[in-house]
Amino acid sequence: MQLTVWTYEGPPHIGAMRIAASMRAVHCVLHAPQGDTYADLLFTMIERGERRPPVSYTTFKARDMGTDTAELLKTRVQETYERFRPDLLLVGEACTAELLQDQAGGLAESMGLPIPVVPLELSAFSRQENWGASETFYQIVRRVLHAQVPAPGAAARASVSERCAGRRPRANLLGPTSLGFRCRDDVVELTRLLDSIGVDVNLVAPLGATPADIARIPEADFNCCLYPETAASACSWLERMFKQPTVKTVPIGVGATRDFLSEIGALTGIDVSAAIEASTSRLPWYSRSVDSTYLTGKRVFIFADATHAISAARICTEELGFKVVGLGTYSRELAREVRAAAARYGVEALITDDYLEVEAQVAALHPELVLGSQMERHIAKRFGVPCAVISAPHHVQDCPARYAPQMGFEGTNVIFDTWVHPLMMGLEEHLLTMFRGDAEFHDEATPSHLHAPAKTPPATPQTPETVSLAEGGPTAQTAPDAGVAWSPEGERELKKIPFFVRGKARRNTELFAAQRGIQTITVETLYDAKAHFGR
Amino acid sequence: MSGADAALARPRAYPEPLREQGQCEVFCGLSAIVWLHRKMHDTFFLVVGSRTCAHLLQSAAGVMIFAEPRFATAILQERDLAGIADCHDELDSVVNRLLERRADIRTLFLVGSCPSEVIKLDLDKAAERLNQGPLGLAGGGRVKVLAFSGSGLETTFTQGEDQCVAALVPELPRLPSGARNLLVLGTLADVVEDQFKRVFDALGIGPVHFIPGIDTTAFPPVGEGTSVLFAQPFFNETAGLLASRGARLLSAPFPFGVEGTLAWLGAAARAWGVSDEQFERVTAAPAERARGSLGRYREVLAGRRMTFLPDSQLEIPLARFLARECGVELLEVGTPYLDRRAMQPELDLLPDGVRLVEGQDVERQLDRVAAERPDLTVCGLGLANPLEALGLRTKWSIELVFTPIHGFEQAADLAELFARPLLRSAALKV
Repeated sequence: MQLTVWTYEGPPHIGAMRIAASMRAVHCVLHAPQGDTYADLLFTMIERGERRPPVSYTTFKARDMGTDTAELLKTRVQETYERFRPDLLLVGEACTAELLQDQAGGLAESMGLPIPVVPLELSAFSRQENWGASETFYQIVRRVLHAQVPAPGAAARASVSERCAGRRPRANLLGPTSLGFRCRDDVVELTRLLDSIGVDVNLVAPLGATPADIARIPEADFNCCLYPETAASACSWLERMFKQPTVKTVPIGVGATRDFLSEIGALTGIDVSAAIEASTSRLPWYSRSVDSTYLTGKRVFIFADATHAISAARICTEELGFKVVGLGTYSRELAREVRAAAARYGVEALITDDYLEVEAQVAALHPELVLGSQMERHIAKRFGVPCAVISAPHHVQDCPARYAPQMGFEGTNVIFDTWVHPLMMGLEEHLLTMFRGDAEFHDEATPSHLHAPAKTPPATPQTPETVSLAEGGPTAQTAPDAGVAWSPEGERELKKIPFFVRGKARRNTELFAAQRGIQTITVETLYDAKAHFGR
Repeated sequence: MSGADAALARPRAYPEPLREQGQCEVFCGLSAIVWLHRKMHDTFFLVVGSRTCAHLLQSAAGVMIFAEPRFATAILQERDLAGIADCHDELDSVVNRLLERRADIRTLFLVGSCPSEVIKLDLDKAAERLNQGPLGLAGGGRVKVLAFSGSGLETTFTQGEDQCVAALVPELPRLPSGARNLLVLGTLADVVEDQFKRVFDALGIGPVHFIPGIDTTAFPPVGEGTSVLFAQPFFNETAGLLASRGARLLSAPFPFGVEGTLAWLGAAARAWGVSDEQFERVTAAPAERARGSLGRYREVLAGRRMTFLPDSQLEIPLARFLARECGVELLEVGTPYLDRRAMQPELDLLPDGVRLVEGQDVERQLDRVAAERPDLTVCGLGLANPLEALGLRTKWSIELVFTPIHGFEQAADLAELFARPLLRSAALKV
């Protein structure tokens, strides 16, 4: 048994739902108990979906288990086919149904429906959502393309440049899904980018694809594996069966987008230097402009799906001048890749799906910026650390109305804005330091445009939640040992530190003192601690 | 009181509901944890289930507000199912780790789920064992361990609260013979509890206890002198257990709207022999104030056609309130299941010609919604946006279990919840 407070990924059948909801003319029947329909709201509420996800459930109850749940499944499959007339039907089991051993997939296959029925083995008790999505997409691709697989010994497929003689190369964009992070806009951005180097998009899948589209996958000259979490297994099968090469660079960040173009250039023989030169990214200049100096060495903690975490670490280090102090992922399937990236930045990767472990590491590392999922947003909020969301799982506020890709050159502009803005201050930070002695400029001062003196805000009432947080949460771990006290001089010196960093200075100094068994914090201790934590 | 009394005086056999079977678009009982843990401050809810259970809880809660909430899931894994690990040993170690970290916990609920029921993991037995253990109350520790089921196989949404409260009943001490008290059943917002307490005080009814309460170490007594008033319509199991301990179950409409609140208080008043004059003196002013503030929303709601999809069991009482006090025309009222004992006083007040549907076939139900195009459809979050996209206005039903909607002072707030989507739709020009 694994004790779980919050979970990054849902169970694997949620992954299957994401593939069904991404595609058109596909329907999924889930053998699942009453209550599992909650998952519909992920699609209709987080993404503001205008249609119900194309998923039907058996919603069996105790009384059905006394009779015949297998029969119930067959009824639901038949009704679903008749009502929705999909071109392809997925049939899977949620955790409880897996225990019933009705063999839902096999049963549905044996019903003789006039459409492909893809049975899903989802391993609910050992796997998770992204694996479920990957497996479902892979099974669909295999099923639809099975008949097209060249026989062993058939003529070898021509190289990409040979195939493309006299025409524009064609690429498939594989991996974007419903509930993926910014997939909708990434697809638009990459379609434009590829067009700018003379490459056409043959199809995007699973997002927006029909089973008929899947059947056209081999028509493309190569595949772009945009989100390895969902598309790596399908891409590698296509590589093995159809000798269709995979472009593996994920184009998030300026450097990665350039590498992505170069990889395609090498594959197709297209000269991409002009496209790289013509890059519409403002990130390189914004990052070099003097106001960005304050970004130098900002300590960043990154925890996300593997794709976004690895990309973020590179952007932080090479493109924004941050220092990566922590890097991790909940994507166990891609742990090796994240470990390799972490080694490049001199940190040890955190591979876990335990939210409390991530929180403990944020508490220990004192980052100045957190890049993560919705979960890390909450962690950062509690610690008062700026945060930007870079990956699923995300919430409704991270499905913006505006065009906000992460990939390609426009993606880098979006990233610069959304990662730098939480840090807020720029040039302001210098001004604050400069004016910190002014009478108007202290933590209790009223903003000058308001005449009334500020009232002291009432103390936050101790709700039961904040009490439990204090007892079990991170504050308990960062609080100094009871033995540490401030000398009057030390306290006076602390007050001279600008208020917006004073809290941090206090915490660091107390931590420093506690670790060294110092009982009374003097002015010296304060500066020793500053020297210790300073960079 | 007279209006409701008159209606109660002419009970009629309500036409049998249409029964449907098909896909049910409802939460399971685990979702009740989301509001139960907030009401009972010293409890922890440990679901013994799968990743689906954990995912449901965080999705139903909407956002993750707390660092470490007072609920969690012990996720069964392959090795537990394959018998490599002993489920009971595993559970003991999870519970011990949990309780060591959380000194604030006095009551731990082990909550059964679909998978734990299918593998026949006996959580009652586990609770008994843990109680004898070093942290358990019986073993000299500080924590009482109880078990109930929130599985979708056994429970629909709000029935999770029924199961939880039913697990508390054996803990209630015996009321000495000759003494009497009033038990009010169902989670209410603290402010609503206080309002009702003041009314009961003024009526001379007492002592009054609310279950579930904030403190699970101080349980109210129950016995032959106990009268039970149901603030929520989903306490079938608990009602039976209380009755078997001699308590008298008061039958009344539920305290939604002015009429419902009057009839509900009236049931307690009759049981306590409160005179009509005193009842009138205590309730006239708040009832009149509530009627006044309802007026504003009646203007918006009168004549609107509404459909309720089955969800929380609140459908019938709320439909009654909307029809009788706000002038709403009811097309269809769905309910996950029809509990005659609890609902008869409500059914007696429902206008004729309402299509009452028990159970669910969501596809057929949505076909009817699409055909009739109600002005407002009350439904779950999974269905609301797709219906809005069809140009239909909706009200998410889950808000009705999180928002204070009971009693006189909340009658207008309740009406406003239904008026808001209509007002908003009228305001938007895009």
